[in-house]
Order: sequence, then C-alpha cells, then structure tokens
Amino acid sequence: MARGQGAALDRKKLMADPIMVTTIVVLITFLTLFILYPLAILLVDSFVGFTRAITNTLKVGFLVGILSSLIGLLFAYVEVYVRMNKVVGGLFKVVSMLPVVSPPFVLSLSMIMLFGKAGIITRFLLGIYDNNVYGFWGIVIVQTLTFFPVCYMMLKGLLKNIDPSLEEAARDMGAGRWKVFADVTLPLMLPGLGNAFLVTFIESIADFANPMLIGGSYDTLATTIYLQITGAYDKAGAAAMAVVLLCITLAMFAVQKYYLEAKTAATLTGKASRARMLIEDRSVKVPLTIFCSLSAAFVILMYICVPIGALFPTWGYKFFPLTGKWFSQVFTRYHGFKAFKDSFVLSFISAPITALLSMIISYLVVKRKFKAKGFIEAVSMLAMAVPGTVLGVGYIRGFSQGVFHTGFLQGIYGTGLILIIVFVVRSLPTGTRSGISALRQIDKSIEESAYDMGADSFKVFMTVTLPLIKDSFLSGLVTAFVRSITAISAIILLVTPSYLLITVQINEFAEKGSYSLACAFATILIIITYSAVLLMNLFIKHFGTSKTTKED
Amino acid sequence: MAKVKKGVRLEHISKIYQDPKTGKEFYAVKDTSLEIAPGSFVTLLGPSGCGKTTTLRMIAGFESPDEGEIYLGDEPINELTPNKRDTAMVFQSYALLPHYNVFDNVAYGLKLRKVPKDEIKERVMKILDLVELTGMEGRMTNQLSGGQQQRVALARALVIEPSVLLFDEPLSNLDAKLRVTMRTEIRRIQQEVGITAIYVTHDQSEAMALSDNIIIMSKGVVAQMGTPQEIYYHPVNEFVADFIGEANFLKGPMTGRDGKNVTLSIEGNPLTVEGRDGMEKGKEYTVVLRPEAATLADEGGLPCKVVLSCFMGSYQNYHVMVGDTLVKLEEHNPKNKHIYQVGDTCRLVFDPKSVHVL
Repeated sequence: MARGQGAALDRKKLMADPIMVTTIVVLITFLTLFILYPLAILLVDSFVGFTRAITNTLKVGFLVGILSSLIGLLFAYVEVYVRMNKVVGGLFKVVSMLPVVSPPFVLSLSMIMLFGKAGIITRFLLGIYDNNVYGFWGIVIVQTLTFFPVCYMMLKGLLKNIDPSLEEAARDMGAGRWKVFADVTLPLMLPGLGNAFLVTFIESIADFANPMLIGGSYDTLATTIYLQITGAYDKAGAAAMAVVLLCITLAMFAVQKYYLEAKTAATLTGKASRARMLIEDRSVKVPLTIFCSLSAAFVILMYICVPIGALFPTWGYKFFPLTGKWFSQVFTRYHGFKAFKDSFVLSFISAPITALLSMIISYLVVKRKFKAKGFIEAVSMLAMAVPGTVLGVGYIRGFSQGVFHTGFLQGIYGTGLILIIVFVVRSLPTGTRSGISALRQIDKSIEESAYDMGADSFKVFMTVTLPLIKDSFLSGLVTAFVRSITAISAIILLVTPSYLLITVQINEFAEKGSYSLACAFATILIIITYSAVLLMNLFIKHFGTSKTTKED
Repeated sequence: MAKVKKGVRLEHISKIYQDPKTGKEFYAVKDTSLEIAPGSFVTLLGPSGCGKTTTLRMIAGFESPDEGEIYLGDEPINELTPNKRDTAMVFQSYALLPHYNVFDNVAYGLKLRKVPKDEIKERVMKILDLVELTGMEGRMTNQLSGGQQQRVALARALVIEPSVLLFDEPLSNLDAKLRVTMRTEIRRIQQEVGITAIYVTHDQSEAMALSDNIIIMSKGVVAQMGTPQEIYYHPVNEFVADFIGEANFLKGPMTGRDGKNVTLSIEGNPLTVEGRDGMEKGKEYTVVLRPEAATLADEGGLPCKVVLSCFMGSYQNYHVMVGDTLVKLEEHNPKNKHIYQVGDTCRLVFDPKSVHVL
C-alpha cells in the first residue's frame, strides 16, 4: 500500500511540471516515429511478400494446436481418471508409441489411401468418386492425428501430479463431477494446456512433410521455402521466408519456455499424495471410453493401412491377390539397398555422437557452474525451436560457399558429413532435455559423497553419474537414431544424389503417386525403427538400473 | 586406528550467498572463528538458515569460504578439493550409491585409494562388524531399512579412517525411536574410534546427548559455544536460552545489590537472585527460569494465578501469570502433590540459585 501511495504522489508531482511532461511526450513521439516505425514497416514489408503462406501456416497451426491439445486432454483425462479395462489401456499405449517410431508423414499417405480419390473408404465403401482430401482440412486432420499423442503424454504427466485431495475437497463441499473438473482440474491444467497448444503449434508450422504430401495447392511456409529452393532456385527469397518462419516459432518458443513452463511448474508443484479414486460411474465411463477407443482404433487403423497398402497389386483398382512385388521392386528397381544402407549408416553414426554430446551438455548444465554455461544451454535448446526447413536453408546459405563465403568448411557441403551434423543438431535438444531431467533426479549428495570419498570429477562421472543415467543414455541413443532415420525437413534441402535416403525416397514416390512403393519403403522403415525401440526396451529390462533405483 | 588425531580451526570465515528471488547478497556465515579440539564431538546447532550446514560444507570443501581460512590440524585446506581433504561426510539423505551393494559402497573409498584387495575385504568386514551389519554385505542399498542405510553411510565414512568425521543432520530421515537408538550408536562408535566429529543438527536433544561441546549458531554467527551444561544453565542471551530447552523470561529493573545477590523488581514484586558482574542499578534485566526449576506453593516466592493445569503423566503442566508475564512450569512426580486448578491464586517458588541472569 505504502508503495502505491508513493507512486501516486510521484505521478502527481510529475503532472504538476508541464515542461517535463511535454519533453517526455515529444521524446516518446520522436523515438517511436523515427526509430521504431521504420523498423516495424521493414518487418511488415518482409511479411507482405508471402502473406498467403503466412496466413495459411498460422491458420493450420492454430487449429491443429487447439484440436490436438483438446483431444490430448481428453485421452489423458480418461487414462488418469477413469477406470479402463486392459484392452483400452493397450490401445492408448500403442497410440502414444506410434508417432515416435513412424516417419512423420505416414498419416498423410494413409489419409490419401483411405479417403482420397481412389481411397478405400471413400470410393469403395461409400462410392464417393471425387473426394478431395488435399488442402487445408487434409493438413489439419493429419497433423492433429500426428501430434495429439504428444499432448496426451504431456498432459498425462501433469494430471498425475494433481493432488487428488484438492478434487476430493471440492467434491466434499458439494461440487459435482463436472463442477470439479471445471473449477479445480481445468484451472490447474490451464498453463499446461497452453504449453501443449504452443508445442503443437510450433510442430505444426514447422512440419514440412505432411503439407507437402496432402497440402495440394495449399502452401504453407515450410513447403513454399522448399519449392523456392528446388523449383525457383531463389535461395535469397527462401532465406527471407525462412526468417519469417523462424521469427514466429522463436516467439512461440520464448512464450512457451519462459512463461508457460514456469507457470505450469508453479501451479502443479505438489506430488500426488496417494492414489486417486478412479471414476467408476458408468454414465461417465462408458461414453468417454468408447469415444477414446474409437479414435485410438482409427489412428491405429491409419498406421496399419501403410503396410497393407504395400501388399495390394494396384491401389484403388485391384486388391487381390496380395503381392510382395512392391517390396521386391524397392530392392530390385529402386536402389532399396542403397537407400537403407545410406539412411542406416548415417543415422547409426550420428546417434552415438548425439547421445554422448547431449549427456555431456546436460551434465555440465546440471552439475557444474561456469561462465559459458548459459550460452551452451540456450544454444543447444534453441535448436528445438528452429524448424528443420529453416535450418536447411541456413546450412545452404552458410556452407555452400564455406563459412562467410571464405571457402572454409566448404568441403563438407554436399557430403555425408553435413547430413550427419544435421542429424546430430536436430536430435540434440531432445537428448539434452531428457538428460537434464535424468540428472536432476540424482540426489546431488550421491555424487558429493563419492567426491568426498576421494574420487576426482572424472572418476565421479564414470563410477557414479554414468551408471545412474545409463537408461537415459540408452534411450537417448535410440531416440536419436529413430529421429535421424525418419527425418526429412532439413535433410531434403541438403541431400545430394550421391546419397539416397529412405524418407526422401518415400516423399518422392508419394509425390509421383506411386503410393504402393512409398508404403513399401515406409513399412520397412517402421520395422527398423520399431525393432530399435524394442531392442532398447529389452536391453533396459535386463541390464537397466531403473529397477534398482526406482523402488526406494 | 593408530592415526594422529587432528582438530579443525576456522579463522574469520564468511560465506556470501545471493538470494535467488531478490538477487540481494547476504551473509550465510559471517566472520566465524571456531576451534574444535582433536578427538572431540562437537555439534553445530541452530534453526534452519543459521549457517550450520554451510559451515560444515565449507569444512568438507563443497563450498568455498569468501573470507577466512580453514585449518585441518595445522594445515590450511582452503585450496584443497573435497576429494583431497582428509574428511568424510555422512549425508542427510545417506547418499549411498544405488548401483552398488553394501560391501561395494563401503569399499568405494578404499578402492579409490588403491588399497590391496585383501586389505579392503578385511577393513570393510571389520567396520561392518562395528556398525553391526555383518551378513548384510551382499544386499543392495534399497533392500535396507533407513537405520541400516544410515549405518552403511557411517561405515563408508569410517572405513577410510579420516581425520575428521562430518555429519549433516544424519538422523532427520529416521523415525523418533530409531533416532534415539542411532544417536547412542553414533556416540558409542565415535568414542570407540576416538575420531574428531562435527555434527550438524537442529534437534537440541540430539545435540545434548551426543556432544562434548555445542556451538549454537544464529543468523550466520556463533551465538554461544560450550559444554551442554554451560549452555543450558548459563545461556548468554534469550535466543540461546529459548533454543535449548524451554525457558521463561522474567524481566524487571534492578533495585539493589548485596554482595553477590541482586534484587530485581518483577511485575512489582522484589526478587533476589545471584547476580553477575557489571550490573547497574535501575537498568532492566532478564532472569531465565527453566520450567522444571520452579514449583507452586501456598506461600513464599512470587504471587501468581493459574491459567492452565494439565496432567501429562510424569509431570503436571502449569501455565501461570505473574502479573502480565506468562510462566510455564513442570511439576514432576505429581502423584502425591497438591494439584492447583485453573483460576487458583498461589505463589511461584524457586531456588534463587537455579536461575540465571542474562
């Protein structure tokens, strides 16, 4: 109160001094008009050239963000609050797993194959011959289905952190189930929901492959950038557009990281003190479970459509007998072996580098104090906010003639090395983030005790820290591998004909309309990534530390 | 353990921290000098935020003092990293290595010192015997109870035969009964080994039970250092008196002096107690009265009125008002004594020698 009064008095005193007030007003006008205004106009001008692409991108991003976080919330709510049977629980698990192991544009493929002009559902089941899946709604549906599992996993974690006593207290005071949700659960979740929305929004506007396949003539920034470079050879224009895309994602990232994440942590600090009473009420349970199971089943169906699509003789015309000819053509006519070898080898090299780098970064960030720490943390996290397409354009502009056009490092441009570097850079933020959270869970005094016993920093890291984050290291390794082998957005701009990458091949065949071939490629890719994840889980189960550390 | 015992000396130690919210700097420890005798058990006692843990961590080497010098024996150790210091710490969270079993946890420090295998085995088993964990060496640490984990942590610190053993609130994660058992254990082992021990706690009964000397800290400075008896019977200020045990404070101006004895006017009643040097007539003084040192009677002492009378089993708990001052007291063994009820007026009686003038 006292401070408010002081401020009010200061204001009054200032107002009583007309010369001072005039000076301030004139200064503000001057600064705004001659410094801020011209800069703003420049910024607006740079946007005007491609307003259509910008509005398209933002429209898709908003809608996908909202839909994904809402569906994600529903799934998370049902999982955490409603008693489910095992089958439904299994469906949920599969849904949360699928986007991790599959290349990013598989859903576009199956969308076209199920609902397109020659789609099984539209043409053969419903008899609609001219259904148009391409365009705005196509992108929105496909992206929503691709990204909502991410929201689901995020929100599930948050819901589990709500102390059940809060809701029980509200119910105890006479609030109904819906009222509890609206008055307690939802307000607590709001920052988390905002967070989920922004994460999906960023993913959506950065997404390249889905708009490419199913966007039709509906251009987003990411696809326009790609077409500028590959079609119009306008690298400068592409760069300008990349800046716009970067500005949008960076702004969103800043809000998400520094505002919403802090808020989420502030509202949901408590641990759930004990188990939640699950909802048994049939009038709530049955419709929610049915809705979620159906949607989950639909998503799974869309993924299954891909391997099946690769088995039909001619998609859309002839379904039987099933054939392996597309798979054999992949290897006999379309350099399948080379594609898989190149993709596999490049990812296989980059994965351990990524995993090691991210562990070292997270170790330094969490456990050490030094001056450049903020820089290391910020830049390695920045890569998370940068869309792959933007990074690709940056690499073209930055390295095609060497660093600052000096020819320095020009040698790496167009080689496998630059692809490996891109793979590493693209997976680094995820690895670092999971590494940081794993390291934060280790009680500081465990390492201190080893230090106290006489171990030096290196010994402490080798005998204590590393064994304790073995699991996280391993999953970082596999995640990096999976992300690399399924990556496309930055890579497609940098790859040269000497390297054949599976994802680029899938994109090419899908563009040409050879969906069966695209499906065959995608199926094999999914098998590789899924086996990698399975292997990891097996390994963790048998040699992991999680069993011994989590119990206490 | 035929090792030369070493003491610890702190000379004008200060540690400055930054408040994470306001960004303001403050002294966590301010210009503190201490001398801890070789082989003694010393407790740093104080409320949270008083700087006791920071002091301990500076001795271990995890924090660096901003001012001053720390000596182990006669050797200055400011420059030494924790792994080079001849100290061993027992952590509040035990900090056992979760991927090692009991044996490997205890053997860890010896392995780092490249002690031969046979000797490691012999020494580990001997220490495990000392902490009564023989037969548990193959267990993983998460299969142990809290008390057993605590013993492993103690064994791990003892086995490397450090000059000084540091304890950072080691018993605060245990339940009340176990805490009492473990503190007796710790005292027994420390005396058997004869090692210098510095122990941080906020639990005053723990400090009393364990220590040769207690150092009471408050707001980054040492409030008082002395044996448990000195601190209990002759606290230097109200903070210490209140922090160690229960204390009643009777305040009033000094009205007269007769040799050693002084007379104070407490709520208008004259009270004659043993004084100290340098007291001046007319100045206000505080008398510390422990609850067990007073009793209620029908005559003598100070007039008072009972406001609470409560049977606690081994004693009767009274709250009485002497004028406007609340005095809490405990009448032990109340079975055959007259019990005063709320509202009764009576007299508060105590031996003038059992009180202490601040």
